[in-house]
Amino acid sequence: MFDARPQHNEYLRHRAQQFRQQVERRLNGSLTEDEFRPLRLMNGVYLQLHAYMLRVAIPYGTISPDQMRTLALLAKKWDKGYGHWTTRQNIQFNWPKLVDIPDMLDALADVGLHAIQTSGNTIRNVTTDAFAGAAADEVADPRPYAELLRQWSTDHGEFQFLPRKFKIAVSGGKRDRAVIAAHDIGLRLKRNEQGELGYQVWIGGGLGRTPLLGQVVREFLPEGDLLPYVEAIIATYNLSGRRDNKYKARIKITVAERGLDVMREEIEAEFERRRKVFTGVDQDLLAALKSLYAPPAFRNEPEGDYEQHRAANPAFRSWTDTNLSAHKVDGYASVTVTFKAPGATPGDASAEQMRLLADLAERYGHHDLRISHEQNVVLPHVHKSDLFAVYQELKAAGLATANAGLISDIVACPGMDYCTLATARSIPIAQDIAEHFRARGLEEEIGQFNIRISGCINACGHHHLGHIGILGLDRAGVENYQITLGGDGYDIPAIGQRAGAGFPAEEVVPAIDRVINAYLELRESPEERFIDTYRRVGVAPFKAALYPADA
Amino acid sequence: MSKGFTPSPATPAVITANDLRQGHCVWMRDGGWTADPREADLFEDEAIADLALLDALSQGNIVVGPYLAEARRGPDGRPEPTHFREAFRRRGPSNYFHGKQAEFAQSEVEASNV
Repeated sequence: MFDARPQHNEYLRHRAQQFRQQVERRLNGSLTEDEFRPLRLMNGVYLQLHAYMLRVAIPYGTISPDQMRTLALLAKKWDKGYGHWTTRQNIQFNWPKLVDIPDMLDALADVGLHAIQTSGNTIRNVTTDAFAGAAADEVADPRPYAELLRQWSTDHGEFQFLPRKFKIAVSGGKRDRAVIAAHDIGLRLKRNEQGELGYQVWIGGGLGRTPLLGQVVREFLPEGDLLPYVEAIIATYNLSGRRDNKYKARIKITVAERGLDVMREEIEAEFERRRKVFTGVDQDLLAALKSLYAPPAFRNEPEGDYEQHRAANPAFRSWTDTNLSAHKVDGYASVTVTFKAPGATPGDASAEQMRLLADLAERYGHHDLRISHEQNVVLPHVHKSDLFAVYQELKAAGLATANAGLISDIVACPGMDYCTLATARSIPIAQDIAEHFRARGLEEEIGQFNIRISGCINACGHHHLGHIGILGLDRAGVENYQITLGGDGYDIPAIGQRAGAGFPAEEVVPAIDRVINAYLELRESPEERFIDTYRRVGVAPFKAALYPADA
Repeated sequence: MSKGFTPSPATPAVITANDLRQGHCVWMRDGGWTADPREADLFEDEAIADLALLDALSQGNIVVGPYLAEARRGPDGRPEPTHFREAFRRRGPSNYFHGKQAEFAQSEVEASNV
């Protein structure tokens, strides 16, 4: 199986060299654009609105300090000094020149990174919980399984020309932080009644123009059967998925059209055949991967003056209240570094910020960094005695915004500021909303709140899963924004309901302001989140707030 | 992308694409390409526009994805975009001052220094 870890990167160099030759043949006229396009897409190279874009895979969002420094190098040397964290735990560079991309791929290969299968109708980067290996509620660390899937799926000969792209997520927490229900395959690690480890297997989820939540195809799959079962699912889909219509080609449509029971029957039959072929080499590899992801040498030390700093410094206290997550080891916390400062573009990180995070991970974070699907960066293992030092360094770099999970922690795709598929802009809407609620001083009062914005129906901003979702459209040559309410990507997966007619750009902030005011009036206590209030009272009062003239 | 219109004096068009080597937006001028949309040729005749587009499509070693984009003649006679997508392609992203807007600012500084 393919293995792209830093010590085994000859293959990546080979692929980079191959792409270099393909670019040369494109430039000297040997390849037409029609011939070249699939080749560049296989290497994560898109042509966007203003420039080429290079999407680099960050396997399940896990990245080392050296790898992070290489991303900083790419940003500085071949881009405009920054990169963009995506909602699939990847990074995109918005301004590379085609002629420079082979050099960028070489630099990535040096640290075991690449852009393979970040595009095309293949199995894409496997995603997982950004708090994997750290979260207090974890059943098992999902990373060894994600890595097994990555090595198995990279360059898998059978699955290079699927009907459509294919996304797999693995989640190890009691609480799902990997949006399992919105993936082609979702795997939730669980223990059965006998205490054995395995997976609850979901298929057929996806957002885009036809948002559908996945369904459980297998309640419990034993741990050792992961690859044959996943292979059986994709082989079944590869045969029965539609190739006549791009918009009906995802497995979610196959499941919806053919029915879960029919799919399950075929998958189980295929599984029986395939399982016989697996000789156990995958389990040997999995065992090795588990040791690769063994917990770091956690320190057993007192918390130092952590509580004194909290008491003396209200800004630090506020940051610890919002941006820390419970760690499985006493004395530790996971730190969420949000890339959602006032006026910032959601998910954009400068080269300097990347280097600082690499330094902090080395000095205080057991050399571990994660990219979250909320477009933030997580330092999963920080000892509480180090938190104040980490905070101060983040603050100096503009990275200590205390808003993780709050209304200004907005997820937004690049939209028409960059993307050639977009029908409207996302970024200015996100900036306006964040600035508005910061100016009103209401962020902490509002509490946990999730706004997600997509600049087109393809839903890269996962707008369907936002408590408030915003979808940018082109209505007769003017940007127009549809609002959905009641989506949830966490506890109770839910697709937001479209509230009604869309709003012109300048009316989006006032419309959301009215929804928030209605929520603050309706909630029974400050602890009742918007999504809880919405589930209690229904959509009607919020619709009335959005469209007062209709009420 | 502008679709469903026929270049005419009432609905003129420009031909635009991305530069193959670097990726930036370019516009057709005198059968070649300029990075400055204000310098683009305006096509007001369907047949001439179609011929120019064929010419553009034959220049696949220079540009990628040429197409006709609806435009209008501005007060100074130069082409202006009619759709916001084309306006963004001419200007650059709205979140940073880089892309075309920075180049134009630079070229205007240089022009005023001449």
